[in-house]
Amino acid sequence: MKKLINTPESVLEDALAGVAAAHPELTVDIPNRVITRAVRPAAPKVALISGGGSGHEPLHGGFVGPGMLDAACPGEIFTSPVPDQMLAAAKAADSGAGVVFIVKNYTGDVMNFELAAELAAEEGVEVRTVLVNDDVAVEDSTWTAGRRGTGATVLVEKTAGALAERGAPLDEVAALGERVNAASRSFAIALTAATVPAAGKPGFDLPEDEIEVGVGIHGEPGRRREKLRPARELAAEVVETILADHHLNPGDEVIALLNGLGGTPLLELYIVYGEVAARLAAHGITVARSLVGNYVTSLDMTGFSLTLTKADTQLLELWDAPVDTPALKRA
Amino acid sequence: MDFDTPLAEAWVRAIAAAVEKEQGRLTELDSAIGDGDHGSNLQRGFAAVLTALDGLQPAGPGAVLTKTGTTLISKVGGASGPLYGKAFRAIGAALPEPAGPAALAEALAAGLDAIRALGKAEPGDKTIVDAYTPAVAAFRTAAATGATLPEAAAAAADAADQGAHATIPLRARKGRASYLGERSIGHQDPGATSTALIFRTLADITTS
Repeated sequence: MKKLINTPESVLEDALAGVAAAHPELTVDIPNRVITRAVRPAAPKVALISGGGSGHEPLHGGFVGPGMLDAACPGEIFTSPVPDQMLAAAKAADSGAGVVFIVKNYTGDVMNFELAAELAAEEGVEVRTVLVNDDVAVEDSTWTAGRRGTGATVLVEKTAGALAERGAPLDEVAALGERVNAASRSFAIALTAATVPAAGKPGFDLPEDEIEVGVGIHGEPGRRREKLRPARELAAEVVETILADHHLNPGDEVIALLNGLGGTPLLELYIVYGEVAARLAAHGITVARSLVGNYVTSLDMTGFSLTLTKADTQLLELWDAPVDTPALKRA
Repeated sequence: MDFDTPLAEAWVRAIAAAVEKEQGRLTELDSAIGDGDHGSNLQRGFAAVLTALDGLQPAGPGAVLTKTGTTLISKVGGASGPLYGKAFRAIGAALPEPAGPAALAEALAAGLDAIRALGKAEPGDKTIVDAYTPAVAAFRTAAATGATLPEAAAAAADAADQGAHATIPLRARKGRASYLGERSIGHQDPGATSTALIFRTLADITTS
């Protein structure tokens, strides 16, 4: 497997050096692996911090900036960051108004952020945690670690970030994050597996003509495998799977995120999005806002995920609010 | 024989050596039902522990294990870092100096409690707990019946091995393996395997 790397061991450091070089508006602490805004907010505000294993770029470092995150903690590839990173980020970003940790529901992430919250509390930083668990592919939460956090993370970070920027108090920002997560459902299909540089081979074997339906962002298995079908049928399947779990009615408005998993051309993502939009229209559901592109990736995995967030006036207004980050900009 | 500072250091160094040696096997087990990084994560963590211990003048065996736990939490990430980190910190905090078999049994039990409190896994969930629980029970029983430290540690190591082996037919209910559902059946849990490795090294260093 060919990769644009120097050595498998230095992938994260080398990538962070590139982020630092490309984005003077960010401060990248490479040894401690913390990305913060170079310019601190003028007035005290609730600080939003997220993090997780690397390999999902632009999540989370690409969402640091005015209107979204205050800091991000990248872990090793597909491995949760450590509490020291989160504590360093919390101390760097806290302006006295408290900190919200936005955590994707994965066992390692949950534990490390939990330890970090304890450490931060000991140092006088008030922390709230918003757990994102939007992946409907996980059907039985009593037999598993629960639904995984995926595309809804972008919506939580954007809307909670906008609310925090306006000076909303800690509990309000955290509650908004939880509300957006509860209003969101996601589902993904992979055409090929991701290759972790250190492993050098795809994370799972998938025959040339088969797809993994309901895949997770580290290549976790989904609901089943089946033969590849036309984009129209796959889009329909994803929409129907989400609607079967999401209580949406004709006339409802949604924010739709059609997300690439890293290795799929934008051209194909738009093909899928067109089919998704048509299918939602057939259900009488209005897409009030859409976002198409690579936002929560899985290295070079090909495929897509769809996230539907039930919208209301407040969410749309927060979604439309200005944001200035490497991966998401809006005047 | 009591569990004292040199023995605590020898244990941690032996774990580091065993993890280095067994890294490939742990990663292989993790590739089957997880994300294939258990061996490399523990190797990275215990290598950092050795560096941390090199500069340490420990106040007792507890301080050695507390430092081990703190370093694992700082360096490993994933689920194994916090779980093993919390366990070693709890063992260290509960350890008197020097500790006889009964005191060490209770300290090891405190480590299991810490793992269960953080990971919320029950026996049978196909996790570290499935090797650690029988190991503590065996250690306690041996200590209560007057066994020496090497005897108790050997009993615990055997029980941990059996516990790890017994995870093979289980269906994972915690961690990333849980997403495999039925497909996790037939594979030995990597976390239970590394726990068995840790108890085996304790038996080895007390008998040698």
